[in-house]
Amino acid sequence: MPQHPYPQAPAESRLILDDMAATAALAARLGGLLRTGDVVALYGGLGAGKTAFARALIQSLQGPLGIEEEVPSPTFSLVQQYQIGQLSLWHFDLYRLSGPDETYELGMEEAFAAGVSLIEWPERLGPLLPADRLEIYLEFPPDAGIEECRRLVRLAGYGGWAKRMQNV
Amino acid sequence: MSARPLTILGIETSCDETAAAVVRGHPDGVREILSDLVLSQFDAHRPYGGVVPEIAARAHIMSLDGMIAAAIDQAGCGWQGLDGVAATAGPGLIGGVMVGLVTGKAIAAARNIPLIGVNHLEGHALSMRLVQPVAFPYLLLLVSGGHCQLLEVRGVGDYARLGGSLDDAAGEAFDKTAKLLGLGFPGGPAVELAAKGGNAARFALPRPMLGRAGCDFSFSGLKTAVRHMAAALPEMKDQDRADMAASFQAAVADVLVDRCRHAMAQFRDGHGALPEPVLVVAGGVAANQMLRGALAALCAQQGFTLAAPQLRLCTDNAAMIGWAGIERLALGLSDPLDISARARWPLDR
Repeated sequence: MPQHPYPQAPAESRLILDDMAATAALAARLGGLLRTGDVVALYGGLGAGKTAFARALIQSLQGPLGIEEEVPSPTFSLVQQYQIGQLSLWHFDLYRLSGPDETYELGMEEAFAAGVSLIEWPERLGPLLPADRLEIYLEFPPDAGIEECRRLVRLAGYGGWAKRMQNV
Repeated sequence: MSARPLTILGIETSCDETAAAVVRGHPDGVREILSDLVLSQFDAHRPYGGVVPEIAARAHIMSLDGMIAAAIDQAGCGWQGLDGVAATAGPGLIGGVMVGLVTGKAIAAARNIPLIGVNHLEGHALSMRLVQPVAFPYLLLLVSGGHCQLLEVRGVGDYARLGGSLDDAAGEAFDKTAKLLGLGFPGGPAVELAAKGGNAARFALPRPMLGRAGCDFSFSGLKTAVRHMAAALPEMKDQDRADMAASFQAAVADVLVDRCRHAMAQFRDGHGALPEPVLVVAGGVAANQMLRGALAALCAQQGFTLAAPQLRLCTDNAAMIGWAGIERLALGLSDPLDISARARWPLDR
């Protein structure tokens, strides 16, 4: 396994999002910061809201440009690509994959180099996950009830994101 | 239909399956599936609790030639017997789509026969007409692992999307619910089987979008609710699993029925007094008997006829691509050899 260039603990912050609107607001703030080459890794179990977060982010970028395009779950298709103005955004969902060797065919290297990558189930990438990245962990509060919309969110910025994540 | 029989090779490589088929349409309307081959990694995937996709374009490359040769061999028509080649040109994983489409182009060029680039969704939309001559227009509910849409099928190449999922597809909700409940894979049959001995009234799961205007779906919140209710149980016993599966299935059925009811009203508004309106259900989820029963009851109540292709044609296959090719070619529609593969391709655009 290659030596990780940023083995140290990343810059971290924790938030509680009360509802979907708060989640969407965070996603939109992050969306405004994104530029070509950025990688955002979305962690969380089934139903934690990874796709909802990604959708809110993508729609926050599409909205001002008047783009009316659906943002479906990429679980089945593995990847959905969006052209939003100058930004090429790739929404990956690696749920169906079992390991890094299956990710080569998805065009991830191209996305890392020439676009913005939002990655659900980034665990599957193993050592192929770029060192310079923002990690977002979505969790249910321990006391969560049914139809619970609150989420605990942890942001971890590696590489350039250690500084940039202060603006999120 | 054209004045002579049309024999078409269909190629499907847009997702996990490598598929090739030969289909023939006769001028008198008779339709034949001469061969229908699908290479699926299904059994090998069972341990993973999800489909491990044969995503590698090179996996399609390795198997497609042999699949096509076997399909033509089984059909007994020979290369010289082909009147055209129809290949999925999208939507799907771009690497796989390109492999199928380029192979189709090569065959079309070598044999000097027309190429038809087929929208995978159009394959599903027209698949019922391969089974029986359903007349246009009809209403289509497409429910699978990757798609969940209500469409008005007005004619070949003429589709109006009435609604679709705002988040997860219905089949995806089944797969993920099965995973959450520790049931097997694939999720659809596993949930249906578990639900047989279950009490659908035990867990009050939400019915997302129910009663809202329009024909859109949403299943993401339902999945999250299953997760919460499962986590709230001290221990997941077999009866809990059965009750949860039954409750989940009932919620999906309620949502599908409600959305289809809206679509039927819209369809009626658009087409007035169609004597025998038809609702076609296609896609792997259409195999679920409980959902089928709920839709049949709705159809009976609304004066619609329910039609569904057999399961083999509901899941991804190349026969439906070949058939869409026949429908298009019979209308004089074919494509130049420089058409591009498309990762995204909404049916109504």
